[in-house]
Amino acid sequence: MPTVSPGRRAVVVAGLRTPFAKAGTVFRDTTASELARHCTRELLYRAELPGDMVDEVIYGQVVPSPLVPNVAREVALLPQFPKTVPGYTLNRACASGAQAVANAADQIEAGHADVIIAGGVEVLSDIPIMHTRRFAQLLQEASRAKSLFQRLAILARVRPRDLVPVAPAIAEPSTGESMGESAEKMAKENHITRAAQDELALLSHQRAAAATRDGRITAEIAPWYGGPARDQIISTDNLVRPDTSLEALAKLRPVFDRRYGSVTAGNASPLTDGAASVLLMSEERARALGHSPLVGVRSYAVAAVDPGWQLLMGPVHAVPVALQRAGLTWQEIGLFEIHEAFAAQVLSNEQAWASPEWAARLGLPAPTGMVDWSRTNVMGGSIALGHPFAATGARMVTSLSREMIRQDVQFGLISICAQGGMGYAMVLENLR
Amino acid sequence: MSAFRTTRRGGVAIVTFDLPGESVNKITQAVGWEIDDLIERLAHDETVTAIVITSGKPDVFIAGADIEEFTRAGTAPEMSRLSHDAQVLMRQISARTKPIVVAIHGACLGGGLELALSCHYRVASTHPKTVLGLPEIQLGLLPGASGTNTLPRRIGVRAALDLILTGKSIDTRKALKLGLIDEAVPPPILLDVAVAAAERLAQGWKPKRPGRGLMAFLLDQTPLGRLIVFRKATRQVEEKTGPHYPAPYRVLDVMQTSMSEGIVRGLEEEAIAFGELAMTDVSRRLIEIFFATTALKKDDGVPAGIGTPRPVRRLGVVGSGFMGAGIAGTAAMKAGVQVRMKDADLARVATGVRNAERIVESQLTRRKITRFEFERQRALLTGTGDWSGFGAIDLVVEAVFEELGTKRQVLEDVERVVSPQAIIASNTSTIPIADIAREARHPERIIGMHFFSPVERMPLLEVIPHEESSVDAVVTAVQFGRRMGKTVIVVADSPGFWVNRILGPYINEAGFLVDEGVPIEVIDRVMTEWGFPVGPLALLDEVGFDVGEKAGMVLHAAFGARLSPARALAALRADGRLGRKNGRGFYTYHAGRKAGPDASVARLLGTRPPPDIDESRIRERLVFAMLNEAAMAMSEGVVRIPRDGDIGALFGIGYPPFRGGPLRTLDTIGPEEAVLVLERLAQSHGARFTPAPVLQEMARTGSRWYPAGVDR
Repeated sequence: MPTVSPGRRAVVVAGLRTPFAKAGTVFRDTTASELARHCTRELLYRAELPGDMVDEVIYGQVVPSPLVPNVAREVALLPQFPKTVPGYTLNRACASGAQAVANAADQIEAGHADVIIAGGVEVLSDIPIMHTRRFAQLLQEASRAKSLFQRLAILARVRPRDLVPVAPAIAEPSTGESMGESAEKMAKENHITRAAQDELALLSHQRAAAATRDGRITAEIAPWYGGPARDQIISTDNLVRPDTSLEALAKLRPVFDRRYGSVTAGNASPLTDGAASVLLMSEERARALGHSPLVGVRSYAVAAVDPGWQLLMGPVHAVPVALQRAGLTWQEIGLFEIHEAFAAQVLSNEQAWASPEWAARLGLPAPTGMVDWSRTNVMGGSIALGHPFAATGARMVTSLSREMIRQDVQFGLISICAQGGMGYAMVLENLR
Repeated sequence: MSAFRTTRRGGVAIVTFDLPGESVNKITQAVGWEIDDLIERLAHDETVTAIVITSGKPDVFIAGADIEEFTRAGTAPEMSRLSHDAQVLMRQISARTKPIVVAIHGACLGGGLELALSCHYRVASTHPKTVLGLPEIQLGLLPGASGTNTLPRRIGVRAALDLILTGKSIDTRKALKLGLIDEAVPPPILLDVAVAAAERLAQGWKPKRPGRGLMAFLLDQTPLGRLIVFRKATRQVEEKTGPHYPAPYRVLDVMQTSMSEGIVRGLEEEAIAFGELAMTDVSRRLIEIFFATTALKKDDGVPAGIGTPRPVRRLGVVGSGFMGAGIAGTAAMKAGVQVRMKDADLARVATGVRNAERIVESQLTRRKITRFEFERQRALLTGTGDWSGFGAIDLVVEAVFEELGTKRQVLEDVERVVSPQAIIASNTSTIPIADIAREARHPERIIGMHFFSPVERMPLLEVIPHEESSVDAVVTAVQFGRRMGKTVIVVADSPGFWVNRILGPYINEAGFLVDEGVPIEVIDRVMTEWGFPVGPLALLDEVGFDVGEKAGMVLHAAFGARLSPARALAALRADGRLGRKNGRGFYTYHAGRKAGPDASVARLLGTRPPPDIDESRIRERLVFAMLNEAAMAMSEGVVRIPRDGDIGALFGIGYPPFRGGPLRTLDTIGPEEAVLVLERLAQSHGARFTPAPVLQEMARTGSRWYPAGVDR
């Protein structure tokens, strides 16, 4: 039975993340559940929020460990919470963290919850490496065997090629095309030059470095105790290169098309480990508990395109819908956070948002808007900071909320492209 | 009112033990008579085919015999009689032809286990609260209801000696492995399984019990084997408990007689030994300590009924050094509270959290907890370099550097960040709490909590209210200390509090002996022979010369010449010695292990051993330095009652338990004799030995610290 309470508004109260680190470095020996628990626990303490106030934990994870399929419940089982806090894990690909925030907002607005922790985590250092299907079948058969002789007979059928491990690829299950290949395809289709991509990458690094230096980013990070003795304090992201240059970026070789390609390791987001959590409440509860909300969730929208065409064009569809639901125009948005999967993708999205043809294709009276880079990704983006898939959306919500307050901007917009041709957009509203 | 109720399930009679008006089941004489009658009746009831005995108390089967009852018996023959009666009861149960099965859930200790052993089949629940053991040795006794005879026959001599000589409790899993119980099942089906077993036994089923193997047969059943086993056990007892405790030796004697001359002789010897042990001073002291600690568990340090403890769910620990980490780790491990550690920078906090985690981890390595429980406890420990998270803290314990200015600064910071309801405790061994609290905004919520190092192992906590401390603050600190597994005494805000106060003159005296050239090993040996776990100089090495010196200075400043420190300590400090922590003290250390007395100490001090060393005189000086100070502090009201003072010395210093504590020792010696000894010492060694006025007064009036008879 729906319990709609009109007028209930979901607000973001606080957010915190772990440092983002290149896969296989700082978090090499860590699990996703450890990271998610660490940053959520620290968020509780920083928000001075007793765990028994929390109604639910919603987390995103794109590549979960088969051993911990529901990381959200592991987070909820922190001793800082009562054991009775439920949790679920969702997968909206790279928009998972943002989707967790949206789901939390929905639950709060529906009156089902007052306080929710939403977030996302990815530890690409700990992806499941699988056996071949045939080897798995033989093992299962062997486990059902009645005698030792039977079992040995079954195992004798194992061939060397069956033993080659299978690692999950970042490829579309529907088309077999890898994410990088899609970006490469879009660069060519939309005539995005190598130079333009490298310039965007440079901007991302420079802004991320500046925001780290001035403390805007470090304030969003729960330091991690690293090293075998856990005595190394890691409080910054390790992928940001403050000293990179166009020359250095230009030296990198294209990865997906060695001859005519333009997508390089320098202008794409790297494989990253990290977690991010966001604390959402109903506005009423936030005020009752003495919290000053950062922003309200004004609207969001999800869309999808044919993954076999231009895979990462989903945001072009999603953003106008989110704006329409918010009752706002592009011009009314003061700050933008655009997820940088690839510079080629960001620049393709930028082109399409401004294009009359795209407007016509989407049945819009006019193009969505022109990207103003002075108001977009002002603290850098996923190219520089890294992209732990499901954590990125939650990272963007926290960063944008805080920056909106700092710059005293009324509205902010988040745009995320995701695997499967999906796009995600969200509008936040300053409540201070 | 009856302690047993009987219900029926088919032919099986279920006898539920539920002692009226008590939270646990205890075996008293009356209970013994009643169960004897009841079983006699059921044995003659033709509709009853078998009997199951179980408990009606939540999480307790039978906690043991009623100790209060048998402290009322006055003579050894009376005590032997009690033991004999219990043996007869047990023998009658096991001689019944109708099968009797016990269903054990919760603590099954002492007489409870002996009862279980006399039944025909034992089922226990797999529950953490279900533990089995024979703890009598801890009271200076032996299992007197045939346990010394029946246990070795059930689980073998070696395992039986291990259980009886240590008095430890084991869980269901271990009990099953030893063959102490026949089945281990989850609690919800415990009674069903016991009833089913009773039915099968009634139909003539003979449960198969696996033998213990050839080796066990050779060791238990042959004279040579037994010789080997008992010789080894005797040697271990001599090493571990020394000459002061008679009970372990009697256990060895009784069991040896029982195994070589048969159970009838064994039972006779058991009853005699039980009676004689119960009359020893050692057993009396240990039973008094048992009652004292039990009473302290219910004593919040304020008159009963006043004060509201603040429920502590989140603990803040400021200062992440050795002490802070010890407090944090112990709190997470024992009290299960969230712990937020704070220090000046994150690197220090990280080390502190890591050290606190090690304490929690030690349970995992000792297999005391599961990995899941470990992860849960570990996740309780967090740290911060700013004050984040302190807004929701219920109790803060400050364990920063022992310096008044630093402590006051920390207190000011803490008061700024915590809620108005939070209680703030200062962990200090030397600074008066009133001084720390003087400039506080809310002095009423400030209190002292003096932990001993290492916190996870030392069982004592001194809680120190200053004049303005609120009753709520006292009760909160005492109850939380107890949740941390500590025995808590409330002491006055006077220099050195209780433990360090009485330790001061004792350590000083050891220093004077060093000044006089008495060899280090002699000084320490006379005290370990007297029953201390370590001697005064080894203790000072452990505590650290810097800490010891500071405490000595505080006491000297407060009490003047009587507590002036010896020359030795200052000289050794000047030589850069800190004790164990820097590997240089009265002893030398190799790779962290104590190697031996450091010969260079005498050279450094330019001393030579005196020509004639009178060890009894040395012992007298050390012991009476402490006893005299204890009497003085007691008369000043540093502790409220003698019980607290004695418990403080036992648990805080390792005062020999069989001597009951310094005030109890004074009663044993008698104040008249004590005054004579002190006067003699004062004449030959100085005015510091002048008998405490209170002792002189007691000598005049013939009074004692404790009333005559066993104190409860």
